[in-house]
Amino acid sequence: MSYFLETLVGGLLAGTMYSMVAIGFVLIYKASGVFNFAQGSMTLFAALTFVCLKERGLSVGLSFVATALTMVLVGLLIERLLLRRLVNRSPVTLFMATLGLSYIVEGVAQAIWGADVHGLDLGIEDTPMPLPFGIRVSRFDLWAAGAAGALVVALSLFANRTRIGLSLRAVADDPLAAVSLGVRLPVIWRTVWSLAGFVGLVAGLFWGSRSGVQFSLTLVVLKAMPVLIIGGFDSIVGAIVAGLIVGASEKLAEVYVGAAIGAGLENWFPYAMAVGFLLLRPSGLLGGKAIVRV
Amino acid sequence: MSAAWTTAISGPARLGTAHPERRLFRGTGQAIATVGGLLFAFVAVPFLGDDYWFTAILIPVLVLSLAGLGLNLLTGYAGQLSVGSAAFMGIGAYLAYDVQTRLPGMPLLLSFVAGATAAAAVGVFAGLPSHRISGFYLVVCTLTVQFFVEWTLSNFRWFSNGSASGLVSVPPLVVAGRDLSSPLGRFLLTLSVVTVMTVLAHRIVRGEVGRRWMAVRDMDTAAAILGIPVLRTKLLAFAVSSFYCGMAGALWGFAYLGTFDPRAWELDRSFEILFAIIIGGMGSLSGSFLGAAFLLVLPLAMSQVAAAYLRGTVDQGTIENYKKIGFGILIVFFLVKEPRGLSRLVQTFIQRIRTWPLRHW
Repeated sequence: MSYFLETLVGGLLAGTMYSMVAIGFVLIYKASGVFNFAQGSMTLFAALTFVCLKERGLSVGLSFVATALTMVLVGLLIERLLLRRLVNRSPVTLFMATLGLSYIVEGVAQAIWGADVHGLDLGIEDTPMPLPFGIRVSRFDLWAAGAAGALVVALSLFANRTRIGLSLRAVADDPLAAVSLGVRLPVIWRTVWSLAGFVGLVAGLFWGSRSGVQFSLTLVVLKAMPVLIIGGFDSIVGAIVAGLIVGASEKLAEVYVGAAIGAGLENWFPYAMAVGFLLLRPSGLLGGKAIVRV
Repeated sequence: MSAAWTTAISGPARLGTAHPERRLFRGTGQAIATVGGLLFAFVAVPFLGDDYWFTAILIPVLVLSLAGLGLNLLTGYAGQLSVGSAAFMGIGAYLAYDVQTRLPGMPLLLSFVAGATAAAAVGVFAGLPSHRISGFYLVVCTLTVQFFVEWTLSNFRWFSNGSASGLVSVPPLVVAGRDLSSPLGRFLLTLSVVTVMTVLAHRIVRGEVGRRWMAVRDMDTAAAILGIPVLRTKLLAFAVSSFYCGMAGALWGFAYLGTFDPRAWELDRSFEILFAIIIGGMGSLSGSFLGAAFLLVLPLAMSQVAAAYLRGTVDQGTIENYKKIGFGILIVFFLVKEPRGLSRLVQTFIQRIRTWPLRHW
């Protein structure tokens, strides 16, 4: 029983790392209707920039700020060079454009910083820590969960307490009405892409320090997709809840189902679950809009 | 009155049915060009090309074109985006291998068809969710298939006939008693299959089925009102597309790779095929060929240039990286500037040449 609990808690906490990536998606999707496949590449870009600045002797705080500024710049460039030119195109076209974008961002990141694997030490030990009921979870996982929580709080404060947050919510609610009230869409796009870059930075730090800052970091995008489907594309809380569900069920499936039918099913299992959700509840657990039925 | 229409009524090159849209060729010029091109490919190229050309350029371009053709039928004509093409290729290759090794005496082409049919069956299954969902939600469904097939092929040794890592080597390619294992033989095998499949695809998209696909793509509600069974039409698109991809996979495994393992059918290959049709042109058969050729020849040319001018100063990884950036930029460029791809550019160019001296009369 305690082994089951331990697997469950470990999975839940690992799930918060998926949520972090998914939050970046949700931000962009809500404000511009773009399904941003490049979120994984932005995570890599941020983590790589951070770790390379740090290795060049900058302090942690300074490299964090510098990387955040770089991500803002990336967001601005994407808005100017890509989004602005693809206004009013079909969602699928936009998705394919972000697929191309992910290649560019990955390539540029590695062209600037090289393709080496970097270790990243955040000063948090990845060691088991005893909790009540005799279960042990990693200290690192707890920190990651805390960071995800802090991110959600910060984003909701931003959305609810600032002027630009208000216009952000307006655009998410009804873009046409927002525009007619004088909200500038390009400004909103720049803001959310920069924010998504920042979320990518936070996610990149945790993912990078767990598995090394390397190319495979871009694959977190594939982990976040089922989370988005289950949680709904336009709900940050949904992203968190779905991240927990995916993390937990993936670990449990690996331990209990994987033994029966073969290892390594964590690659497809969340997807199968997501498809199940799609068929039962197409807008996700907490998603608002019903998707177009065909 | 256009020349094509006149020849459709009375011209000498009237092949197929009389309906102008369904003819095999648009006018005499295109008939001559196509037949000439095929003659050139089957008769002249075997003398002109060498082994490098066959194995490194022509075979992969042809096979990737076939896969692109398959995806184009589904995405370009029927409007269902898929990123699982590589999985269907893998099914085609492994099942063809299984049939070939487990049933001695099975003709090679028949085992290709068996592999492709298996891929089509999985394709129908993968297409079922398209009943209720569309757009990038469907992307997630096809991703599920992609990952599941990758996992299945590497996890269950039945598919690779007991080989531990899923690595298999194909038996000699014998068709009708002739050994086609030489580069030239493999090229001719690939070319023949691709030619037949392309003609078939042309017949499909110009016929009733193709019209139904486009109707569903453009507006499925309207298609349903016209009496088109939407789900069946979509499933047929998934089946035909997967059949094409499966056939391409069998060729990729047998004629191009020779020895392959499940990693040959990873997600990146699916993206590659999708990129090929974005660059070549969605909803255009010739676009699949142009895109595949562009996608494979451009990096080769880039590597050649890099090897010639930057001898030793730049390592392979850096070149790969710049290729990647280049492709990303190309994708974005075509989506922004010319969503109908290279085939549209070529069409415009031919039109210009045709009307060249008297453009504005």
